[in-house]
Amino acid sequence: MTRPRTREKEEYIKLATSFHPPRPILRNALLAFLVGGAICTVAQVILGVLSTKLPRVQAQAMTSSIMVFLGALLTGLGVYDEIGRFAGMGAALPITGFANSVVSPAMEFKREGFVLGVSARMFQVAGPVIVYGSLSALIVTILRVYVFG
Amino acid sequence: MAPNRRGSSTCVFPKMPVIVSAASVVGPREGKGPLGPLFDLVCADTLCGETSWEKAETKMLRQAVDLAEAKAGLEDAEVDFFLAGDLLNQIISSSFTARDKDIPFLGLYGACSTIGEAMALGSFLISGGFARNVLVASSSHHDTAERQYRYPTEFGHQRVPSSQWTVTAAAALLLSAQGEGPKVEAVTVGRVMDFGITDANDMGSAMAPAFADTVWRHLIDLGRSPGDYDAIFSGDLGMVGSKAALHLLKKRGIDLKEVHHDTGLMIYGMEPEICSGASGCGCVASVFAAKIYPELKSGKLKRVLLVPTGALHSPTTCQQAESIPGIAHAVSLVYPGWEEREP
Amino acid sequence: MTLLYAFLVGGTLCALAQIVLDLTKTNPAFVMVSAVSLGAVLSGLGLYGPLVEFAGAGATTPLLGFGHSLVTGMMEDVVRLGWFGLFTGGLRATASGLMAAIVFGYLMAVLFNPKG
Repeated sequence: MTRPRTREKEEYIKLATSFHPPRPILRNALLAFLVGGAICTVAQVILGVLSTKLPRVQAQAMTSSIMVFLGALLTGLGVYDEIGRFAGMGAALPITGFANSVVSPAMEFKREGFVLGVSARMFQVAGPVIVYGSLSALIVTILRVYVFG
Repeated sequence: MAPNRRGSSTCVFPKMPVIVSAASVVGPREGKGPLGPLFDLVCADTLCGETSWEKAETKMLRQAVDLAEAKAGLEDAEVDFFLAGDLLNQIISSSFTARDKDIPFLGLYGACSTIGEAMALGSFLISGGFARNVLVASSSHHDTAERQYRYPTEFGHQRVPSSQWTVTAAAALLLSAQGEGPKVEAVTVGRVMDFGITDANDMGSAMAPAFADTVWRHLIDLGRSPGDYDAIFSGDLGMVGSKAALHLLKKRGIDLKEVHHDTGLMIYGMEPEICSGASGCGCVASVFAAKIYPELKSGKLKRVLLVPTGALHSPTTCQQAESIPGIAHAVSLVYPGWEEREP
Repeated sequence: MTLLYAFLVGGTLCALAQIVLDLTKTNPAFVMVSAVSLGAVLSGLGLYGPLVEFAGAGATTPLLGFGHSLVTGMMEDVVRLGWFGLFTGGLRATASGLMAAIVFGYLMAVLFNPKG
C-alpha cells in the first residue's frame, strides 16, 4: 500500500464511520430527561422548604450551595460518575454536574499534591464554563443595556 | 540484499529465537473475564496495595518480569537486555521497573504495539549474536491511562460506543537463543500509516490501515496466504477497527475472515462499558502470555501471526486536531516442533 | 404544581443537551460551555426570566440557569453602579454556587480518594 491520498483518506473515514455502532439517541435522551428532571425536583423541594423561612434571592442562593454540596458528596463517594455514565447530560447539565466536574479532578490529582494537584486542576472542566458564562453574560448585558436599552 | 531479509520489510531467522517463558499479571476486571483463570496473578483491586495507580502499574510490571525470569529459571545476571514500554508519559512504568532490575535496559514506545516492537528487537538481538537471553515486557493500567488521555476517573460522562477500554495488565516474555518453547520465525516491522482519523474515541479505525498494510506486506514478502496460519491475532482493533481492517484487506484480495481474532475482543465478556473492545499495551501482551503462548507451546496452534497495533497520538496532538497515526508489527510464531514436523 | 413543572422543564433541558451531544458527537465540556452561553443569551432576550418564574429550580438548576444568573446580576449592578457593574454583578450573583464548589471540592479531595 502506498501513502494514502486525500480522496482515499476521505473514503476511509466514511467507511470507518459506517462501522460505528449507532448511539442510542432516544434511550439516552429519555434517561437524561428522567435523571435531570429528578435532580431538578430535589432542588425544587429544597427551594420550597427554604422559601418558607428566607427571602427569595437568599433561598435560591442557598439551594445552589446545597445542590453543589450534594453533587460534591456523591462524587466523593464514587457514585456520581456512575450516574453520569448512565444518564449523560442528565447528570452533567444540572449544577450537581458542575460540582462533579470540580470535585473529580480535585480528587484525581490529590496524589500530585494540594497546590499543583488539587487546587490547580480543580477547574479543569468547570473553568471554561465560568469563562464562557462570564464573557457571554458581559456581551449580552452590554447589548441589552447600552445598545438596545 | 541482506541475507535474512525477504521482500520489502520482512526479516526471517535462520536460527529461530525461542520464547522460553511468559508471565501475565492483571487487574480485577480482567481476572473476572473469560481468560481469568489463565493469568498468573490477579490483583484484588486496581491499586494492588499501592498508594497510586502509577505505582500499581509499575508493581504489576515488576511482578510479571520477575515471574517470567523465575519460570525460565534465570537470574538478572544471565539476561542481557530488558526491553519494555508502556502508555504513560516518559514510559515511567517501564523505566521504574528497570530501576529495580540489574539488566541493561532499552525503553520503547509503540503504544499498544509495544510488545510487538519488543519481540522484534529482542529477536534481532538474539539472532545477531548480541544476546543470549532478552526480557521483553509491556504494561497498561485503565486508570492511569484514563487520567492521562481522557477525563478524571470520577468525572461522570458516557462512554462513546466506538471507544475502547484500556486494560489493566502487564506481561513479560523471555526470549532466548536456546531452550524449549515456541519460536519466532519471522518479523515484519510496520510503517506508520495515517488515514486521517481524528476521533480519539475511535482508535481501532486509526490503527486498522497499519494492520492491513503490515499483514499484506508480510504475506507478500513470504509468498504466503492467510491459510498458512492457524490464527492471525490483531492486538487490539476492537469491533470497529476489526471490521475496517478486514474490509481494507479484502479490497486487496486477502480474506482474513477464517483466521482473524482480535485480542481486544477476547479479554472481557460482553460488558456494555467496554464498548468497542479492549486496548492498551497490556492487552495483547497479557492475552498472548496467558492464552496464545500455552497453546503454541502445546502444539494446539502450529503457526500464528501476532500483529500488535498501536495508535501513536497524544492528548496534545488530539486537542490540536491532528489525525491519529497507527502502526502494527507482525511477528510470526511457530510451535516448538515446527522444524522437525512431517511435511 | 411547581414540583411537576421543575421536573418537566429540568428534564427537557437535560434531554435536549443530550440530543445535541449525541448528534454533534462533541464532548460534554463543549455542551456545558454552550449551555451556559445559551442561558445568558436567552436571559438577555428576556425569555429565561419567565421560565424561572414558571419552573423554579427546574430552570435555575441546569447550567443555563448559571448563565441567566450571571446576566441578571450584571444588569442589577449596572443599574446600581453604572458601567462598573459589568465587573461586579456576574460573580456576585453566582457566588453561592462557585464558593460552594471551591469549599466542597477541596473538602472532598481531602476526605476521599478516586475509586476509578
